[in-house]
Amino acid sequence: MHKPRLQLQASFDIAYLQYLDQQGRATQPLPDFATPDWLTYCLRQMQLARLVDDRAVKLQRTGRLGTYPSTLGQEAIGVATGNALMAEDIYCPYYRETGALLERGVEIEEILAIWGGDERGQNFEHARKDLPICVPIATQMLHAAGVAFALRHRHQQRGEPLQVAVASSGEGATSKGDFYEAMNLAGVWKLPMVFVVNNNQWAISVPRTAQTATQTIAQKAIAAGMPALQVDGNDIVAVAWAVRDAMMRARCGDGPALIEALSYRLCDHTTADDASRYRSAEELEQAWQWEPIRRLETYLRNQNLWSDANQQDMERELAQTMEAALNNWESRAPEPSTAIFDHLYAQLPEGLYEQYDQLRDEQAGVERQ
Amino acid sequence: MSEHAKAGEQSSPITLVEAVTQALAYELKHDPDVVVFGQDIGANGGVFRATDGLQSSFGTDRVLDTPLAENMIAGIAVGMATQGMKPVAEFQFMGFIYPGLDHILSHAARMRNRTRGRLSCPIVYRAPYGGGIHAPEHHSESTEAMFAHIPGLRVVVPSSPARAYGLLLAAIRDPDPVLFLEPKRIYRAARQPVPDNGEALPLDSAFVLREGRDLTLVAWGASIKETLAAAERLATQGIEAEVIDPATLKPLDIHSIIDSLEKTRRCVVIHEAARFGGLGAEIAAQIQEYAFDLLDAPVQRVTGYDTVMPYYQLETAYLPGVERILAGARVALDYARQSGREGRK
Repeated sequence: MHKPRLQLQASFDIAYLQYLDQQGRATQPLPDFATPDWLTYCLRQMQLARLVDDRAVKLQRTGRLGTYPSTLGQEAIGVATGNALMAEDIYCPYYRETGALLERGVEIEEILAIWGGDERGQNFEHARKDLPICVPIATQMLHAAGVAFALRHRHQQRGEPLQVAVASSGEGATSKGDFYEAMNLAGVWKLPMVFVVNNNQWAISVPRTAQTATQTIAQKAIAAGMPALQVDGNDIVAVAWAVRDAMMRARCGDGPALIEALSYRLCDHTTADDASRYRSAEELEQAWQWEPIRRLETYLRNQNLWSDANQQDMERELAQTMEAALNNWESRAPEPSTAIFDHLYAQLPEGLYEQYDQLRDEQAGVERQ
Repeated sequence: MSEHAKAGEQSSPITLVEAVTQALAYELKHDPDVVVFGQDIGANGGVFRATDGLQSSFGTDRVLDTPLAENMIAGIAVGMATQGMKPVAEFQFMGFIYPGLDHILSHAARMRNRTRGRLSCPIVYRAPYGGGIHAPEHHSESTEAMFAHIPGLRVVVPSSPARAYGLLLAAIRDPDPVLFLEPKRIYRAARQPVPDNGEALPLDSAFVLREGRDLTLVAWGASIKETLAAAERLATQGIEAEVIDPATLKPLDIHSIIDSLEKTRRCVVIHEAARFGGLGAEIAAQIQEYAFDLLDAPVQRVTGYDTVMPYYQLETAYLPGVERILAGARVALDYARQSGREGRK
């Protein structure tokens, strides 16, 4: 059969980054930002995220919280990403982001409120312009593209420094049109934007291998004309370097980038899920070998930067922080039921007064009984 | 509401689509946060020329052609709006909005509520809508009821150049998301002086287009044309029909309709959209809830059929025309209740 002569038109490659290996050994000199203080701070934040997740799951099990999506095993991605943003940057999270939300200044009690069925949790006291956590898959990526456009518009109109929008997602979200459409627009409009994909290997019960035939998730960005990097997502130094580098590019007006952070979902999809239905105990046990917290702790101990005493002090301090947040959350008065009308529109249309009054009277009746 | 075009003697008459352009230009000029984007809306000026000349006047930073993805257009508007911009997004036809429905319904309409007022979505989603221009499939639907069902969204339909101008200004200035449906069959049907004075019309008030004492006809968008023609025909028979254009389908100004029923006691609702679950059903339901005793006849619905909108060979058969409206009016007028009240002649 005739084989035509073809010419190479374009070629691409995907690089991988790791600083700390599974045993907590440095595979190369660490970047300057990874000071002892920064590393111990990250260790604290990852442990805090794990504690919040652990308590939230227990609260759900005892009927005090609704469905909750833990980030167990993926703490490095969230903490490193949230830590890389400046205050004025805008974070556009998906729903599995405890570590990043804490870094953005979202309160533990706000996270609990969201999953405890109370919209007030999304009314972040800090990070006022960050988007709320997004439940529909991948839609936040298009919102982030719009945010990035607005940030650049403001930069152009008012001469303010260029700020960056950061969108996070899981790897399942990279199968959706929203993901491709957001990347395509970010690429062609050169938006100041970073995509961080938490490839935790599972989209509820569907494994990464059933999600896409691509060799990496990162290479999907190539089709949109943007640089991409795959990193060890359980190595907080690698994630931090990648996000910081991508943000610096975006901040300089060089456009968007994508980071695929390889990790593993050590927990169920949510508290409503039972992962033992679809994945083996052996696989889970294997994945625990490369989880991010022990890796960083081992590195710090080997460098004589961390001790049992340090660990005990931290655990005590984190427990106090958690208790205080729980108390704040539980002591907050419930919202009046008429709140469901209060923020529907800037001003409630007159046609809804009757329904508002009906609900108010109905509730007054309930309270009298 | 009376129209504000009284002072318009000095401005030359313009069409509905030109009034849309005029409103967009006014807001682009006066509000630096407004950006206009969509497919082919830049150099091409939009497939119906609604954005004609805007890019050359306001630049490619504020009037932008997007890549071809309706879901993307709907989604980026949400992100822009949360950061204080006022995006005006164009969908080329209403039939192509649906990929973006997720963003309109699940995000734009819910952002303020979800964040308890921290973030909001002052977005206008514009789309030409309705049938009657012999367009290909998917270019002629009227699915306004689907959108009017969404809490947190406003749905607005102008039916004259002056109302297009005033309502679009109001929609852009409104702090919440608005679906602005432009009846393309009457984009160029009539001209009217519309002074470019930046005066918005209210987004919660119906317009009485013709006064009458015998029958209330409620219609919006392009159907206003046939409804006014039907009212003319009825007038030749000595029947004075009042014609009300709600214009803001959500929130709906039911008061103006009921005020009219105080006089007429009979009502026909006319819309192009399919009947089942259409806005006519909502209006009829509200009338019987609030004004049952006023009625001398059941509220009649004159609508498109509960069929798929046909290709254009049969679209005239589908659309409610003057004769169908007159038939509905005749049922309402002739109806006599068992209580002994007589139908009008």
